Amino acid sequence: MATDMKHYKSNSMLYLDGVSVSFDGFKALNSLSFVVEPGELRAIIGPNGAGKTTMMDIITGKTRPDSGDVFFNGVIDLTKKDEADIAQLGIGRKFQKPTVFESHTVWDNLELALDRKRTVFGTLFYQLSGEDRDRIEDILETVRLTARKDDFAANLSHGQKQWLEIGMLLAQDPKLLLVDEPVAGMTDAETAETAILLRKIAETRSVVVVEHDMGFIRDLGVKVTCLAEGSVLAEGSIDFVSNDPAVIENYLGR
Amino acid sequence: MISAFLFRAMDRKIVVAIAILVAVGIFIPVSSVFLPESSPLHVPTYIMQLFGKYLTYALLALALDLVWGFCGILSLGHAAFFALGGYAMGMYLMRQIGTRGVYGDPVLPDFMVFLNWKELPWFWYGFDMFWFAMIMVLLVPGLLAFVFGWFAFRSRVNGVYLSIITQAMTYALLLAFFRNDMGFGGNNGLTDFKDIMGYSVQADGTRGILFMLSAFMLALALLFSSAVVRSKYGKVLVGVRDAESRTRFLGYRVERIKLFIFTVSAMMAGIAGALYVPQVGIINPGEFAPANSIEVVIWTAVGGRGTLIGPIIGAILVNGGKSIFTAAWPDYWLFALGALFVGSTLFLPKGIVGTVQEFLAKRKEKSAAKAEQVAEDEAATAGEAA
Repeated sequence: MATDMKHYKSNSMLYLDGVSVSFDGFKALNSLSFVVEPGELRAIIGPNGAGKTTMMDIITGKTRPDSGDVFFNGVIDLTKKDEADIAQLGIGRKFQKPTVFESHTVWDNLELALDRKRTVFGTLFYQLSGEDRDRIEDILETVRLTARKDDFAANLSHGQKQWLEIGMLLAQDPKLLLVDEPVAGMTDAETAETAILLRKIAETRSVVVVEHDMGFIRDLGVKVTCLAEGSVLAEGSIDFVSNDPAVIENYLGR
Repeated sequence: MISAFLFRAMDRKIVVAIAILVAVGIFIPVSSVFLPESSPLHVPTYIMQLFGKYLTYALLALALDLVWGFCGILSLGHAAFFALGGYAMGMYLMRQIGTRGVYGDPVLPDFMVFLNWKELPWFWYGFDMFWFAMIMVLLVPGLLAFVFGWFAFRSRVNGVYLSIITQAMTYALLLAFFRNDMGFGGNNGLTDFKDIMGYSVQADGTRGILFMLSAFMLALALLFSSAVVRSKYGKVLVGVRDAESRTRFLGYRVERIKLFIFTVSAMMAGIAGALYVPQVGIINPGEFAPANSIEVVIWTAVGGRGTLIGPIIGAILVNGGKSIFTAAWPDYWLFALGALFVGSTLFLPKGIVGTVQEFLAKRKEKSAAKAEQVAEDEAATAGEAA
């Protein structure tokens, strides 16, 4: 397996090979390998405890793997970097629970996310330029929060918070976006709109979506990777994966 | 760049607070020193001295507000930075005594002669020069905060664990400064000061100037703090307080963001200590007592954390209360202080200023809604008429 995958590494966006990590003897990831191409939108499914969130923690530098390779853009070894480095390289992450700055306005949330200097003095003397203002206004349009730009993020609905967080990721201008359960707790209409939004985002960058909602995955209509017990169980189209006997037994059948 | 940075600080509330501080800083010393005692506007010296002390406490509370109110770092050791600034000033004042000490040694302070020391320890060098002492007032607390914060924030020590190690830090300093062989006067500390820059510390004029400096320094610190919290950096601070991991995954180096504000805040606390010592005439290891740092937290909480002005009000009110209370019922002050903390946590979780702000915001919202309603009604009647 490993030798086959080296071939993909040089022109991949995200490359995981043989990644294992255990916590107190529990193997959260067990030789996990998969590749995301530039510009690809990929869905990841799997039962609870399959290692989906641990995988995101490893890609974003929150957890270090015990063994295995994690490469970004084919050349950058992510296991040597911390969260801030990885974010500045261009990997954005949306948490399962919407995590926005509740005591800031929607506008300030986006301003903080904008990919500008992130140093102490860079932020101390930062002034909003016309260009930055246009960027923020564009993103507000994209995530449909223009009317609420001066409201505190705490006063947004659950779905709007999810969108604001996606907007913050856009402001970061990442090359790769990791999105953890974006439609959890959303209404059907919101779910459908989120699928449209993610497909639009994926036009210009790679996106990895972890989701439980099979209807939503079907809406996305992309390649699906099913994880179980820390490694890949099946990979392919949604129909292919959902007809796989191992997937049915481990995940769908439950 | 700098002018934009400072211009941003000019919130109306801040401007009013600064104007009040400057006015008080001029009026009280002038009335105390120049007006005759018979004048109704005359402020007695002891009152000016007392309020001068409160102003330095207010500066300390403001420093704590920057780290606790805005960045969520609950430091229970801020009085240590205050005391270190105070010791740096105290060392300068000790060197100014010269041959007027009890033992009349031109170089060694009395306590060193008493301990039979023959030479000035190296760390006392330079403190005969005012400028050097003033640099140390900033440098020593700043350096301690930098080193402490470097390790604590890099290892991601957070929440209650950080609070506990800040308590341990101030307690360790308390024990160290109690020792005679540390060379800081042991449990007696530094006292019997004679003059500061050639003027007697007992003179009314000097006291007036010290009061004025305390008020002006507090105003300056308020302006600076306001500029900091209203900058993008200030928004990042609040981001760290509310959702630290989000800030990290946006690419901010949280440990550096915290380290900067912690160090700046410690330096402000050092300045407060340096202004405090000549006004009260003594600095001893008791200032490092863990309870002192906890009191600062109470002033800040009562006034309203994260509001800048709140901690100033809190420090002055609580300490004013303490002065009155300890004179009337000396045994019960600690109970009152505890009750105040519990009471403000339960009934005024946002503190005095926070609660007032909330009330005003609600009223504004209500009147805006009412105005909208009126406009709608008018539109409706106009529509009907048409």
